[in-house]
Amino acid sequence: MAAHLKKRVYEEFTKVVQQQHEDLSAKKLRLTKPSKSAALHVDLCKATSPADALQYLLQFARKPVEVESVEGVVRILLEHYYKENDASVRLKIASLLGLLSKTAGFSPDCIMDDAINALQNEKSHQVLAQLLDTLLVIGTKLTENPSVRMRLVEVACKHLTDSSHGVRNKCLQLIGCLGPVEKGVAKEAESQSAKDVQKIIGDHFNDQDPRVRTAAIKAMLQLHERGLKLQQTIYCQACKLLADDYEQVRSAAVQLIWVLSQLYPESIVPIPSSNEEIRLVDDAFGKICHMVSDGSWVVRVQAAKLLGSMQQVSSHFLEQTLDKKLMSDLRRKRTAHERAKELYSSGEFSSGRKWGDDAPKEEIDTGAVNLIESGACGAFVHGLEDEMYEVRIAAVEALCMLAQSSPSFAEKCLDFLVDMFNDEIEEVRLQSIHTMRKISNNITLREDQLDTVLAVLEDSSRDIREALHELLCCTNVSTKEGIHLALVELLKNLTKYPTDRESIWKCLKFLGSRHPTLVLPLVPELLSTHPFFDTPEPDMDDPAYIAVLVLIFNAAKSCPTMPALFSDHTFRHYAYLRDSLSHLVPPLRLPGRKLVSSPVSTSITPNEDPSQQFLHQSLERVYNLQHLDPQGVQELLEFTIRDLQRLGELQSELAGMADFTATYLQCQLLLIKALQEKLWNVAAPLYLKQNALASAAAKQILEETYKMEFMYSGVEGRQVVIIHHMRLQAKALQLIVTARTTRGAEPLFGMCEKFLQEVDSFQRCFISELPHMQGSFVDKLLDLMPRLVTSKPSEVVKILQTTLRQSTFLHLPLPEQLHRATATIIEPTGESDNPLRFTSGLVVALDVDATLEHVQDPQGTVKVQVLYPDGQAQLIHPKPADFRNPGPGRHRLITQVYLSHTAWTEPCQIEVRLLLAYNSNRSKASAKIPKCTWSDSMEALPQSENGIEGTIPFSKPVKVYIMPKPARR
Amino acid sequence: MPEIKVTPLGAGQDVGRSCILVSIAGKNVMLDCGMHMGYNDDRRFPDFSYITQNGRLTDFLDCVIISHFHLDHCGALPYFSEMVGYDGPIYMTHPTKAICPILLEDYRKITVDKKGETNFFTSQMIKDCMKKVVAVHLHQTVQVNDPFKILFCFSAAWIDKCRPDLLISESTYATTIRDSKRCRERDFLKKVHETVERGGKVLIPVFALGRAQELCILLETFWERMNLKAPIYFSTGLTEKANHYYKLFITWTNQKIRKTFVQRNMFEFKHIKAFDRAFADNPGPMVVFATPGMLHAGQSLQIFRKWAGNEKNMVIMPGYCVQGTVGHKILSGQRKLEMEGRQILEVKMQVEYMSFSAHADAKGIMQLIRQAEPRNVLLVHGEAKKMEFLKQKIEQEFHVNCYMPANGETTTIFTNPSIPVDISLGLLKRETAIGLLPDVKKPKLMHGTLIMKDNSFRLVSPEQALKELGLAEHQLRFTCRVHIQDLRKEHETVLRVYNHLKAVLKDYSVQHLPDGSITVESILIQATAHSEDQGTKVLLVSWTYQDEELGSYLTSLLKKGLPQSTS
Repeated sequence: MAAHLKKRVYEEFTKVVQQQHEDLSAKKLRLTKPSKSAALHVDLCKATSPADALQYLLQFARKPVEVESVEGVVRILLEHYYKENDASVRLKIASLLGLLSKTAGFSPDCIMDDAINALQNEKSHQVLAQLLDTLLVIGTKLTENPSVRMRLVEVACKHLTDSSHGVRNKCLQLIGCLGPVEKGVAKEAESQSAKDVQKIIGDHFNDQDPRVRTAAIKAMLQLHERGLKLQQTIYCQACKLLADDYEQVRSAAVQLIWVLSQLYPESIVPIPSSNEEIRLVDDAFGKICHMVSDGSWVVRVQAAKLLGSMQQVSSHFLEQTLDKKLMSDLRRKRTAHERAKELYSSGEFSSGRKWGDDAPKEEIDTGAVNLIESGACGAFVHGLEDEMYEVRIAAVEALCMLAQSSPSFAEKCLDFLVDMFNDEIEEVRLQSIHTMRKISNNITLREDQLDTVLAVLEDSSRDIREALHELLCCTNVSTKEGIHLALVELLKNLTKYPTDRESIWKCLKFLGSRHPTLVLPLVPELLSTHPFFDTPEPDMDDPAYIAVLVLIFNAAKSCPTMPALFSDHTFRHYAYLRDSLSHLVPPLRLPGRKLVSSPVSTSITPNEDPSQQFLHQSLERVYNLQHLDPQGVQELLEFTIRDLQRLGELQSELAGMADFTATYLQCQLLLIKALQEKLWNVAAPLYLKQNALASAAAKQILEETYKMEFMYSGVEGRQVVIIHHMRLQAKALQLIVTARTTRGAEPLFGMCEKFLQEVDSFQRCFISELPHMQGSFVDKLLDLMPRLVTSKPSEVVKILQTTLRQSTFLHLPLPEQLHRATATIIEPTGESDNPLRFTSGLVVALDVDATLEHVQDPQGTVKVQVLYPDGQAQLIHPKPADFRNPGPGRHRLITQVYLSHTAWTEPCQIEVRLLLAYNSNRSKASAKIPKCTWSDSMEALPQSENGIEGTIPFSKPVKVYIMPKPARR
Repeated sequence: MPEIKVTPLGAGQDVGRSCILVSIAGKNVMLDCGMHMGYNDDRRFPDFSYITQNGRLTDFLDCVIISHFHLDHCGALPYFSEMVGYDGPIYMTHPTKAICPILLEDYRKITVDKKGETNFFTSQMIKDCMKKVVAVHLHQTVQVNDPFKILFCFSAAWIDKCRPDLLISESTYATTIRDSKRCRERDFLKKVHETVERGGKVLIPVFALGRAQELCILLETFWERMNLKAPIYFSTGLTEKANHYYKLFITWTNQKIRKTFVQRNMFEFKHIKAFDRAFADNPGPMVVFATPGMLHAGQSLQIFRKWAGNEKNMVIMPGYCVQGTVGHKILSGQRKLEMEGRQILEVKMQVEYMSFSAHADAKGIMQLIRQAEPRNVLLVHGEAKKMEFLKQKIEQEFHVNCYMPANGETTTIFTNPSIPVDISLGLLKRETAIGLLPDVKKPKLMHGTLIMKDNSFRLVSPEQALKELGLAEHQLRFTCRVHIQDLRKEHETVLRVYNHLKAVLKDYSVQHLPDGSITVESILIQATAHSEDQGTKVLLVSWTYQDEELGSYLTSLLKKGLPQSTS
């Protein structure tokens, strides 16, 4: 028998080899493959004990298997599986089968039958569970095939009665992942299985093993995720599971309840022990709120998180979550919040408090007190006071989401949120500040709340302070005292942490422009002017004074009476600041002064904005007049580029768009210039000059296209095609130039082939866009493709040259939003004259602080470059944690760069700048490379050949004065 | 029926000198051994004569368990073990063991050295007493003696729904629901911060341990967070020693301290320094923690006298003050104090009160009960009137019995003990294989033999039981005669019966044997003609006792007679 089996194995294995011989395109690698399965077979036969066999299998599992040999390996494994007596070896084989069927490109339907067979004869529960897992893998690979799925689900249902929890667990998982979801299929299948998947899973909600219960709920959730509409009937069952003894069951049940509440928010459920009925979403909300005071913190986090997304809940229930009643010795006591509110409404604040201020007031009826809340009552009060900070963060997040959708709730939760500003864990504080900022449209801060908020300005953490500045930017303050208080606290902050200067000024800018009427009565006091006496002129360089002026000038923008209160030097200072800090100081209509650059402040909506019109008009002009004589085209392009660049400078919101188009036109201009016929017809000795020009142009176009592709956010597929097209043209140009300078056809062969490959891949990537490109370079090229492939390089070059000249200029459609990635280095400032001294050979840390705008995925792309005077360049990848995200589209990089060098004789400047790294593989055009499933990436696919990596500098370089001293001995 | 008896010797409907006697499973355990702060006579210790009247303490008690190091929970230990005499084990956690002797020594000093009392325990006694202590780790199970184990936990949440028979809870704040801790802390910090910014000095009178450390941590983190520079001082050497132990027991502290421990130990204070008497006269702002907490004597009072005259300064009382102390006077608003030697001290400094207390409020207790799901609750360490309220609420809300015995009053709680029975795996598998799958909701009947031997219970299959006990197997059969009126021949009757049974009992195997008898499963039916009346056939039905159900059903079926139509 054994001999026979062996023979069969070899038959199988030789068959595999033959297949490979048939395959003509085979590469050398393939020859080694059969030996892999053969080696495995030999090893397994050699193995004398189960332990040995296990070792071999483990070793085998470490190496990847190619797609072609998977089937052979699977056969061998299955043979051994049937022979094997030891359960642990069978287990390993089963797991290997699962792993193998994951191999990309391998279709596992051929091993499904074997796996199911194996399942039927298996006794060991562990192996059974593993086999089911393998089937799950197979099933997930063959999801499109409904009959396979039906069959697998049937197998799983059969094993649901197994006595081992592991097997039942896997069965449920399998049903959850593969159970029929579509209504039509379910009906069809009814004749076969006549089973309702939901019912089967629902029956296991009461399983005796908590792990199986959890798996059942998870399977149900999985079905939901795959699009099956869960029935409302399981709601009651799920509610019962909330009282389960095991935390993982409760945690999953909370999720299930949440899902159901989203599915059937409006259905009516009865309240037990009464005749009343309520909406399901309210009932579910109450139940999840109850779980916020669960014994296990995992469940608490889960519950608190989910609360945030239940926005359909009625406001009545929502407000209960903030319910908080205090008592002392059975007498009602007011909370600190209530006291603060009362103080505020009675008109006095910050009274010197006495003992017994919070003394309990009225007696409470003992019967009426509810010591332990049911349902929604006080859920957030609990969550925000939880001992675990994870729960508190989750509660703050939920609060944020609910407050965003309900302004009245936002107003009510303010007290609690402000409280969280003083949490003992920094993460929680930061989170609550961010939350507050998000809901700030809906709220106005009371003075006592503002007081608490402002107290946090002294926090030593920079993140907290900056988040708070952001918050203040968009806060509504109700009184002038509030503004004054805020200003005073901000100035205090400024003296304590001078590095916050920029952020504080910006904050005051918004504070001023939001509250002009509240600032107006404060002006004399703030400027310390006096009706009779002249006051001394304040120091213009004092950051605090600048801060005050920023507040006032921004308020004055929409308050024309304010400038009357200014003294002479204020006007002078205005002129100075308007110039030096133009981003902070708005243009003002001042008496007796001409208004400079007024058009900016006109309030025209962007749609009818003349500048936008101008942009479009100039583009139209370029496209319409493309059949002008070359000279005219060049001039027109040059003018348009200049116009666009100027427009970008003037109109910040159009800057991205204008730059983008200008760059594109620039490329076109370069191309036209390089192709000018007279240059190409000159005599051979002059080639050199012309070549230099053309090849430089080609190079620049390539660079510019990379910039266009990777430096702008909001670039869509249509633009990417045009950019790639331009790049293709540049490459063609390069090819032509090389063809003219090099002698002999040998090197050209390779280049031509490469170029044609690129054209081919262009066609593959953008096949859908080709119809839009009538008359373009690539369109013509593709028409000529059959000729190109067969012709000699010299001919190819000739064809290319003519096509390039004849091809039309493609329109660049503009996307809705386009922003150019920019970076500004705030620190180091580059102003210091004191060199940074350090001992040579050791390192010195340089703090780098920069803001990045419109950079996607900065963690992966932004690098810091340091250039030493000797030309040595150093590229530093900042840690992902160094990037913060203060707002949409904005990032902040705060990192440390380590410098080191050998000793210098005198201090010298180094340059620090930021680079944007790109990789054309990552580009939106190229298809995603399938990931290798095998654990080791060592033998993974090589980088695709045309993956070009590079960097684009996108910030102004900053000079840092350093001085490495020789070490003292 | 097994029972648990609980007798509070202290803390029964009272606050202070916690001491509870529990008799469970034939063992006697004492929980806590505290003292009462309010008394200076015999009443300060629990009444141990309740036990000693029956003999020596060691003979009666199996062990003593101390919950934590507060004096009202461990203050009577040296008196109890050395002066009354107890040599058994005393269990407490490591931090308790470390800090408890410091507190005891301090207490002894105040009572003996300051007040000059005699007949009090000595330093040596404290040391001797500590030698009897067995320190336990958190979540470590200690086997005291055979069926009896103890386990220390932080909170009930650690045991998911442990459902104890009895939950003993303190109830100091039975009628109070407090505002969030964060609110109180913020108030406190704001006050301190404002005063320091004004250039004022802040005095915080504290007792040496517990709350003092909590406030230190609070101020320390706040100073760190806000980058403040004003000095903070801490008086008394005692606390330094205690702080040392706090440093060692980081794992026992809250999440915040444990989290920051990666960077630094929170108890390695950066901003808090030891206080020297001379510092009190230094200019500029400062914060001073000084003992004792009620401003009745010592360093805190000295500093208070120095600073009271300046309205920029502030004193914050973080806890309760007993009537008659300076603390109580200023809290109730007195601005002119008469000190010793007839001098009048005018208090211009601000006086603030903050409540920081470690006790759980009513809500916390209710939450604990909800999570632990006990079958009975017993309240101690609280005032009777307040307990009454909480008791009523617990009974109303959770429908469990709630007790609140007074000192010396015994409460007996009957329990339903769970008795573990071992079952052989073979039997279990065999029995579960029969019939439907196990269902949580339905009880399942299984057959087996219960063997009670050597204090253990085992459920085994009958065959094994017989083998083990060396008994021969006896068969018990029931036989029953059923008379049927039938004129036909015997074998025809048999055939009719067979057909009838076959039709009725579809699920069972009914067989007609060649010797003229019928078997239904293992039940035998034979038919004979009646000796006197040939028209009457006698059916003999015989079954073993295992088949009792089916057998009786069969006889009742046959008694009804055979259907007529079959012929």
